[in-house]
Amino acid sequence: MRTLYLEFVRFFVSLRLTVGLLALSALLVLFATLDQVHLGIWAVQEKWFRSFIVLHEIKGFPVPVFPGGYFIGGLLLINLVAAHLKRFAFTWKKAGIQLVHGGLILMLLGELFTGLLQEEYQLRLDEGQTRNYSESWRFNELAVADTTDSATDTVTVIPEQRLSSLGDELQVPALPFRVVPRAYYPNASLMLNENVPPGRPVVNNPATAGLGARLAITPLPITYQQDQRNLPAALIELFGPEGSLGTYLVSTMLTDPQRFSYAGREWALSLRFRRAYKPYSLTLVDFSHDRYAGTDIPKNFSSRIRLTTPDGREDREVLIYMNNPLRYDGLTFYQAGFDNNDKTTVLQVVRNPSWLVPYISCLLMTLGLLWQFGTHLLAFSRKHGASRASSAA
Amino acid sequence: MKKFFPLVVLALGLLYVGSTLREPRAPAGAPDAVAFGRLPVLVGGRIKPLDTVARGTLLQFQGRQTVRLADGRKLAPDEWLADVLLADKKAHAYPVFEILHPDVLALLKLKAEDGAGQKRFSYEQLLPGLEELERQAQLALPVEAQRRTRFQREVVRLRDNVGLYVRLQASLVPPDLETPLDALTSFQNSLPAGIAAVRLRQQKQAHDEAAAARLMDLAGRFDFMAQNAYLLPIPPDDAEKDDTAWRNTGAVLLDTFQSGAIEAHALSFAGLAYAWRGGKTDEFNTIVRLLRAETEKRFAARLVKVDAETRFSAAAPFYTGMVLFVAALLLALGSWLKWPETLGRAALYLLALGFVLMTAGIATRMWLEGRPPVTNLYSSALFVAWVAVGLCLILEKIHPRGLASAAGGLIGFSGLIIAHHLSLTGDTLEMMRAVLDSNFWLATHVVVITMGYGSTYLAGFLAALYVLRGALTRSLDRETAAALERMVYGILCFATLFSLVGTILGGIWADQSWGRFWGWDPKENGALIIVIWNALILHVRWGKLTGPRGLMALAVFGNIVTSWSWFGTNLLGVGLHSYGFTDRGFWALIAFATSQLGLIALAIAPGLPWRSQPQANTPREA
Repeated sequence: MRTLYLEFVRFFVSLRLTVGLLALSALLVLFATLDQVHLGIWAVQEKWFRSFIVLHEIKGFPVPVFPGGYFIGGLLLINLVAAHLKRFAFTWKKAGIQLVHGGLILMLLGELFTGLLQEEYQLRLDEGQTRNYSESWRFNELAVADTTDSATDTVTVIPEQRLSSLGDELQVPALPFRVVPRAYYPNASLMLNENVPPGRPVVNNPATAGLGARLAITPLPITYQQDQRNLPAALIELFGPEGSLGTYLVSTMLTDPQRFSYAGREWALSLRFRRAYKPYSLTLVDFSHDRYAGTDIPKNFSSRIRLTTPDGREDREVLIYMNNPLRYDGLTFYQAGFDNNDKTTVLQVVRNPSWLVPYISCLLMTLGLLWQFGTHLLAFSRKHGASRASSAA
Repeated sequence: MKKFFPLVVLALGLLYVGSTLREPRAPAGAPDAVAFGRLPVLVGGRIKPLDTVARGTLLQFQGRQTVRLADGRKLAPDEWLADVLLADKKAHAYPVFEILHPDVLALLKLKAEDGAGQKRFSYEQLLPGLEELERQAQLALPVEAQRRTRFQREVVRLRDNVGLYVRLQASLVPPDLETPLDALTSFQNSLPAGIAAVRLRQQKQAHDEAAAARLMDLAGRFDFMAQNAYLLPIPPDDAEKDDTAWRNTGAVLLDTFQSGAIEAHALSFAGLAYAWRGGKTDEFNTIVRLLRAETEKRFAARLVKVDAETRFSAAAPFYTGMVLFVAALLLALGSWLKWPETLGRAALYLLALGFVLMTAGIATRMWLEGRPPVTNLYSSALFVAWVAVGLCLILEKIHPRGLASAAGGLIGFSGLIIAHHLSLTGDTLEMMRAVLDSNFWLATHVVVITMGYGSTYLAGFLAALYVLRGALTRSLDRETAAALERMVYGILCFATLFSLVGTILGGIWADQSWGRFWGWDPKENGALIIVIWNALILHVRWGKLTGPRGLMALAVFGNIVTSWSWFGTNLLGVGLHSYGFTDRGFWALIAFATSQLGLIALAIAPGLPWRSQPQANTPREA
């Protein structure tokens, strides 16, 4: 038993394991980079780095092909910590190495937290437009709004994933009806029935109410391209105590909500990009995009934004441009793109609570490396100087 | 004699460098094309000499800067450009369009034998097939650049080059006119009459048919120039505050309809054309001088840089450096066989001379651009070579065995060759895209990471020397082997430091501007792989997990890793960093990787006898 334990310890503290894991992580990063051509940067992160086992679809079946980022990173972390606990003995000579590895441990942990906590949203603003929410550019939600009160809407949101489990009866206390998903298409294009050209593949559309009844659905393959997003569509049937209220077709392609009255209240139904509301609002005052004279090479783009809070504590203009984001409320708003003939700005909105961790770990690692190689270099030049002197003498 | 040999070599090297620095002069008694080449124009967002336009365009068309005509005459870039801009159809007959793909030739109904050097064709030769070329290009254009077949890429490239040629031609004087000066002056004189004729014609009244037709014809040409001209050769007028608001000749000529008088520059260009076509030396040189003096009033400071750029291109310091590095490499290799002291020192001198020259070249580029040394893929190649050669000079000082000199000569030469090929795609002093426009981060992150590339390559090349000498010659004795191992280790430590710090600085830049430290973007991943690989080698050594040959093999593999990060990620064409897209280098990259794998096999293949036996492949005390 004791020998088994020792074997176990020896395995986890061994340099061989370190080298093996380093080789695996180099390969992991390489494969993930290559896979980006097909999957795009987001799917790759989920598949390769934020997983224990990488599942690759071969002919539609997920096959485990490689240890994932959590697996390799986790083992590396154990290896590092174990080796240091086992061999830890502070000497000035080794202080550099220990600093480097301490920094590395911190960095691995930081990346884990980033993976778990980071949120990325997008904020599109036309010139003059004001918004108090940003939108996810990967996730969507079904919003059911009670619009009876003209001053405020009460909105109930259902995440997109729930719509994909067909037949589930979604019952929420805020709604006087149940929502039953009947069909779900992760990416689909809609077209008015009368405009459908012959030969375009369409699927059966059982919608009975709203605009959906007049539309034809063409499912599309899921896109992984970085500059395209999937536009899902779903068919949902609403049930009151007295029976079906109709089947609605919802899609992120339909920008206006579909309205109906039920139980004496007014309702608006829409599938939209998932929203993150803020306790403040942003207005695009002006977007400018300069190009170098006589070329299409962008020289700079910048958004002049007015930031206001309802309590009036904040009311100021900020300028967001390349390499100069707005940091506010724990979020970073950076200039990500533009659209619509330079009349619309696209800001990326990132929340990363563990942003400080890499800075600290970097500092530790850099100091450690400088210390380590600095002392090496010093020792070397001393030795070299001495051997020179002796050979000269 | 042997004692003075290194000094003689150095003196020869200096003479050679000096000879390239002479000011280029046009032959006396002929129109001064060199002075013409120094005239400033605005292209690609910056003010540059016509000379740079000529060299860049020729490199892009045919991969070299001089034009060789059918009768054996050679044209300098400035002379070629003067013919294109001023001499009507004369340049149509010059073979400057390189076509290598057989299918493209077939498309144009051309045979390789029809071309100069079997591959260069003239505009005249392409003319009958241009319609078909355009059709094929339109078919290829909707395909994403990375997904195009080689044929499609070549079609698009040729079509773009022909388009550029036509646009260049429309830059100074209206195209397809026998005597543009006469046409412009008579246009100015008859303008009121011509306008009256056109007005009458619009009102369907009796009018001077010929005058109206002449006017409409010229207006059409001006409009073509206004739409298509490649150069912006006319400086902003005094009322315009913006220094970059240079104007297009066609637009200025169209303004004549309002002002009634042709703008001075536009008229001067026609004068240049008249003088150049007629070989009127005095007139040509006078107009060039006047044009320059006119620009001098406002842009004196810019013109200093424009002139410096012209001299810089003519001196071609990086080409000279290539020659010096090859010579240093040969001398260093020689020193392994004979006269180690003498030849080794001579090699070191040439390497140092090449380094000084590169330093001056890079510094000049920095001054011209007002930027840190690395701003694009081209300048990164220069900098990688510079860093590696600089480290070699230090190493050679510590271990004077001709080893580091050889590695330095090889890396210096390779880096400059790579830079030359990267310069074929366009202006190497191009303006910075908005996303990169931060001198602080360019000076820190980009410089440090490029130093990481340079030192990782150096470790790999030194290791390659070890393998080649050990496996193929008997010259790798115990001492040489130990020296090489120490050098590789020292440089690897350096490389780890630089690549780690550089990667981290990149992360901080990303956090500052994008709000996240790490985004798993291809270029970031490439840098990370270098760090991981260097760390792996160091751990293998510290853990004594393999002997020197194994370590050398790992270091050689570092060459592949670095090349992948440097260029491979650009080939993927995805991610935020894919600004330096190159696709012609793909096969070169594959070939390089294959050669390195061969070296690795040589290093570690079991049962492969090495001719040198420095020691068995067992771990050595660290």
